[in-house]
Amino acid sequence: MENNDKLIIGGHEFNSRFILGSGKYSLSLIKAAVENAGAEIITLAVRRANTKEHESILDHIPEGVTLLPNTSGARNAEEAVRIARLARELGCGNFVKIEIMRDTKYLLPDNAETIKATDILANEGFVVMPYMYPDLNTARDLVNAGAASVMPLASPIGSNKGLATRDFIQILIDEIDLPIIVDAGIGRPSQACEAMEMGAAAVMSNTALATAGDLPMMADAFRKAIEAGRQAYLSGLGRVLVRGASPSDTLTGFLRD
Amino acid sequence: MENNYIFDSEGLSEEALRRKHKLENDPSCRTDHMKYMEGQEQIKSDIREKVMAHFNSYDASAYTAKDVSRALQQATIGVEEFKALLSPAAEPFLEQMAERARVETRKHFGNTVYLFTPLYIANYCENYCVYCGFNCYNKIRRMKLNMEQIEHEMKVIADSGMEEILILTGESKAMSDVRYIGEACKLARKYFRMVGVEIYPVNVEDYRYLHECGVDYVTVFQETYDSDKYETLHLAGHKRVWPYRFEAQERALMGGMRGVAGSALLGLSDFRKDALATALHMYYLQRKYPQAEISLSCPRLRPIVNNDKIDPLDVREKQLCQVLCAYRLFLPFAGITVSSRESKSFRDGIVKIAATKISAGVSTGIGDHESKYTGKENAEEGDEQFEIADSRSFETMYKDMSDEGLQPVLNDYLYV
Repeated sequence: MENNDKLIIGGHEFNSRFILGSGKYSLSLIKAAVENAGAEIITLAVRRANTKEHESILDHIPEGVTLLPNTSGARNAEEAVRIARLARELGCGNFVKIEIMRDTKYLLPDNAETIKATDILANEGFVVMPYMYPDLNTARDLVNAGAASVMPLASPIGSNKGLATRDFIQILIDEIDLPIIVDAGIGRPSQACEAMEMGAAAVMSNTALATAGDLPMMADAFRKAIEAGRQAYLSGLGRVLVRGASPSDTLTGFLRD
Repeated sequence: MENNYIFDSEGLSEEALRRKHKLENDPSCRTDHMKYMEGQEQIKSDIREKVMAHFNSYDASAYTAKDVSRALQQATIGVEEFKALLSPAAEPFLEQMAERARVETRKHFGNTVYLFTPLYIANYCENYCVYCGFNCYNKIRRMKLNMEQIEHEMKVIADSGMEEILILTGESKAMSDVRYIGEACKLARKYFRMVGVEIYPVNVEDYRYLHECGVDYVTVFQETYDSDKYETLHLAGHKRVWPYRFEAQERALMGGMRGVAGSALLGLSDFRKDALATALHMYYLQRKYPQAEISLSCPRLRPIVNNDKIDPLDVREKQLCQVLCAYRLFLPFAGITVSSRESKSFRDGIVKIAATKISAGVSTGIGDHESKYTGKENAEEGDEQFEIADSRSFETMYKDMSDEGLQPVLNDYLYV
């Protein structure tokens, strides 16, 4: 991959386009996962970091990796804001991934509350990365509220079902001038690759790795898939396939001036 | 086969014995178990009606291997599929159910297993529930810890490393009122990250008060969803009112609690019907309150002080495992807690399939954590509610779970 192809979020540059989750596997595997994934950003639940000395998740995250604390457990904007502020107090930095769920079954994000929380936290200087249901109007509101990226879900979280919302994510990629990071539901490297081919700026994954037989090996597979997808996107893949083969005599060949 | 619950403790007065025998032998002297007592809030809810419609019409013996096979082929396990999976016809499919349950558990919870410990602060009880060690006619050592003693117990537990606590009392409003419990919970917030209660059902405003004291999770066991059977087991006291107990979790959610847990006590009645009602109770609660975190338990009957013969009857480990796998497939997102009523081998196995939370460092007695944790003698202790089967300490449990390839989690919660 060319060095000048950076992922830029809130003015921060990253070479890796693979954001790792940390919540569903052994703490002892985090280091190997980060290394094999080549990840530079790792998410963690603030509520999970809210622990005493006994094996804090923070102690297992290698130095130099950017922490992306999430507000899971928040049921509305107010709670998300409180959790984000706590993350900052815990020393997790300025990045925050907003997760607001009013449903414990599917864990689908509440777009309206997410816009409100984004507005407040962006004003407080956070680099806000909102997790959302892929809706163009919401994405535009998030841009206006000061989001640093937009993180639409590919399918229900933990489902490993892949790009169920493919067409709607494509609309966000086409219309929104912020990095679109596909989050939730990506179950296989091939799906991550497809998201990148579509023009997603990055992919975030947790369950796909956590449920793999060999987690570090799967992290490596995802890294390669994401890099391949990015390269394919940059190389201009798809146009021929979308429009079909060009006929030798063009349809507009009769035009004279 | 039925359990013989009834026995006369030594030392009961003649008058007490006379009242006890009358309650046992003369149903006409018992109160109406379907009628709310004075002060018990009645809420508007259709959940009971929905659950009981399924409960009453469920005939587990009507399902065949074909029904089970068809259920397991479905991408989503709905109510009908769940009924098939709970039936005796599903027993030969146990391994298949376990495999699928394991996948679901991993998808939703990864390899994490949550650890907690219960803390009993009082064992006074005003009810006569024939199977329970705390029942008011069982002559046991009664005790209620004062705040100083509670704090001492909490320190001992917190020093062991535990971060989540479940506060329990016997069901006596006179001896352990809501204020007393609330004060204990405020103390618990100082020592623990997460506080739950398993106490007698209260009204919405009392749940709201407890929430303000730092509690976010409420567990209430319905014991049995068969109200006629319930009537024959809960002979006296406010616990006798079956519908008020049924609505406890909903009142807790209305009072602002984040999560609720429930279960029948398996072995008291038809366990398949009770398991069906348990899961549907939580299912309908979550449908009505989508933000609610729901959790299922699976207590089986255990021997108690003065009656070591009590047995879970036809709910053997195999059946319990079937119930838990069916729970997981029907409610993939729900927490499942397996208590120290179960053996080490069962708990080590079930956390790899379906369970997400287990207790450690458990005592169901009163004021005895120091003696149990450190071996230091303590003259003043209250008797236990039931015998536990897995007495592993926090440290041993943490190591055992790690050795099983699981990630023990001590806290994944914030009070906001």
